[in-house]
Amino acid sequence: MKKTAFAWHRTSYSGLRWGAGFALVCTLLMAGVQAQTLRVGLAEDPDVLDPTMARSFVGRIVFASLCDKLIDIDDKLNFVPQLATSWVWSPDNKILIMKLRPGVTFHDGEKFDAAAVKFNIERHKTLAGSNRRGELGPVASVDVLDDLTVRLNMSAPFAPLLAVLADRAGMMVSPKAAQENSTGFGSKPVCSGPFKFTERVAQDRIVLERYANYWNKANIHFDKVVFQPIVDATVRLANLRSGQLDIIERMAPSDIPQVKSDNRFQIARITELGYYGITLNTGKSDQAKKTPIGSDPRVREAFELSLDRSGIVQVAMDGEATAGNQWLSPGNSFYAKGTPLPKRNVARAKALLKEAGVTNPVFTLMTPTTSDAQRIAQVVQSMAKEAGFEVKIQSTEFATSLNLADKGQFDAYVLAWSGRADPDGNLYSFYGCKQPLNYSGYCKPEIDDLLNRSRTVRDPAERAKLFEQIAAQTNKDRPIVYLFHRNWLWAHNKKLTGVRAIPDGLMRVQGLQFK
Amino acid sequence: MISYLLKRLVALIPTVFFVTVIIFGLQQLLPGDPAIMLAGEDQDPTVIAYLHKKMHLDEPLPMRYAYWIGGVFKGDLGESLRIQKPVLELIQEKLPVTLELAAIAMLIALVIGIPAGIISAVAKDSAWDYLANMVALWGLSTPNFWLGILLILLFSVSLGWLPASGYVSPFEDLKANLAAMIMPAFVLGNAIAAVLMRHTRSAMLQVLNADYVRTARAKGLPERQVVLKHALRNALTPIITLGALEFGTLLSGAVLTEQVFSIPGFGKLIVDAVFNRDYAVVQGVVLFTSTVYIVLNLMADLAYFLVNPRLRG
Repeated sequence: MKKTAFAWHRTSYSGLRWGAGFALVCTLLMAGVQAQTLRVGLAEDPDVLDPTMARSFVGRIVFASLCDKLIDIDDKLNFVPQLATSWVWSPDNKILIMKLRPGVTFHDGEKFDAAAVKFNIERHKTLAGSNRRGELGPVASVDVLDDLTVRLNMSAPFAPLLAVLADRAGMMVSPKAAQENSTGFGSKPVCSGPFKFTERVAQDRIVLERYANYWNKANIHFDKVVFQPIVDATVRLANLRSGQLDIIERMAPSDIPQVKSDNRFQIARITELGYYGITLNTGKSDQAKKTPIGSDPRVREAFELSLDRSGIVQVAMDGEATAGNQWLSPGNSFYAKGTPLPKRNVARAKALLKEAGVTNPVFTLMTPTTSDAQRIAQVVQSMAKEAGFEVKIQSTEFATSLNLADKGQFDAYVLAWSGRADPDGNLYSFYGCKQPLNYSGYCKPEIDDLLNRSRTVRDPAERAKLFEQIAAQTNKDRPIVYLFHRNWLWAHNKKLTGVRAIPDGLMRVQGLQFK
Repeated sequence: MISYLLKRLVALIPTVFFVTVIIFGLQQLLPGDPAIMLAGEDQDPTVIAYLHKKMHLDEPLPMRYAYWIGGVFKGDLGESLRIQKPVLELIQEKLPVTLELAAIAMLIALVIGIPAGIISAVAKDSAWDYLANMVALWGLSTPNFWLGILLILLFSVSLGWLPASGYVSPFEDLKANLAAMIMPAFVLGNAIAAVLMRHTRSAMLQVLNADYVRTARAKGLPERQVVLKHALRNALTPIITLGALEFGTLLSGAVLTEQVFSIPGFGKLIVDAVFNRDYAVVQGVVLFTSTVYIVLNLMADLAYFLVNPRLRG
């Protein structure tokens, strides 16, 4: 009996050991399985997933895992190789020759080569409804020099080209897939990035699966990436905190203390390439002539002097932004140092208004209904009041506000721009006469001339001089009163390592892994 | 019965036609050029021109209506220009999600609302009655988004019992599906339960004072049978109408609930489509929802026939 009991115990212990071992293996396996999926919370649902047609910022976050580009940018805004390994300009800056990475294939197994680059650039330029046509405007033709060498011929020198190719215009899709599925390519994209498209349920999820033949597969540590759009920042954060997401983008600055107090999470931040500013109607329509702020530069100067940008950053953005007075943040190498950030000076603002003969100018500040924009408008309103301005806030739904801005039916408009790697992307379309984003209606031949010259010169020092001149002039005219540059805020589980904050605000999946 | 049904079906045609005109007309009243919104950040003039052409925005209104209604007759509701997907496909994808949400919400509403209403009527002016009224008042006056966020914070963040948001198909994983649906369905059903409770209570109070109920009691029938068989059956007629109408409310209530819980249903589809001025989606979804609403009303009318024998004559 004793023996039997002992034997039972032995069996039972051995069973327990086996059980424990099995449980451990299961746990490890499960951990392994779970660790292979990266779940990303997005602030919006991306638009069409075709690099040629795509228009939204959030779509670029998905593209960063799906479609490789010819060139990428690093955290210091240097251009680094991706599908192109090197590039060289002709002395007249009208030709760019690129060497391509060998051994790259698209997700359908098709080869990536110079002919594919030619196809893609031409597709960007000719496809009906392409959003890349304007960006690649100066590229006149593409020649295939050999299998892995391509030449881009420009009608005029175009310095911002590298930055353009480091964004959607440089994304390469499979020519075969694009030709076979010409009308619905965006719903089943085939690119050459680290992950291939699996499925998309609109407004719910975009699922990408690891591409086994990715050229840089040693740096990819997930089997799957799932992007989930969750519009509400509180709910997005709740998903991170409850463990359903591993990383979320555009965390609300007001949630930072909450995340900081929880040692399971970490915040990654970097100053954006874009800005928040107030566009003033100085010539878009006749309405500009009817308000002192639209017609008199002294009133605009007084308005700027009435603002304390650091205060706006503190109150409206919980300190998560860098105050700025230009289209680039003060830390950018192209920031015009000759036009520094002005200090608030209410006395001088009042004096300027007196000089202009309008001690109590009234204008309407149109603002989209986002909470950021609303807060900014309220702070601006109270600051400007101290100098004598009466600012009427007009909260307008975004689509309507864009339309009113386009028609020039506004005095002032709170507007954000997501920014581009080259200063030209933040500048040309906003200040060039009749350019599409020139809501201010600003038009000066000398500025147009400087803008065009800044596109032809490649030497950074020379370009910087031109930007200095542009800043000096536009700072007098003030078609846009820049306020600040937001921080891109990513909150992620601490187990997730290798998170790189790049100024374009896009997540790079290369190097990301669970500890 | 059949002639009544036919009459009602024929009457549907002008109603649906009228609805299409209203949907199309109202959409035109939305401020802003949809092409400008759809063109995205860069506002490329060639893209805006392309979108104008693609959406027939450069043509007169009647022509645009004709294009749309022509497509509708052929079963083509257009294509979402934002994500390059046919509207019909989007509806097929989203409809089951919202229907499931609405059905669970309705079930929750019925399970809470009707018994609470009966108890409240039978035990009028008692503690139960006051309690049920208080709960109903709370349900009616609690904003959906607020209750939603509170539930997320409690059950997902603090307790970790339920997923904070999102959706899993029941065919993929039924347990995960129910876990994802229970909070939004409760939020949605909560307000309807309150309405149902109030209506059941007043309908029951009316019926309980009727002569035939007194007769039933006089016959010596047990109270349970009097309440459930004699009184409730008659009180149900207005509640069915209300239920059908409230189902429509559920669909519109789903707009906010789906937004809070990130559920990819009809509500979220239409909100995003309106903000992005994705006209084809807005028109398609509103037309579909209105048609469903009209059909539900017809079904409610038919249900009277089944419940109330006096109408059959």
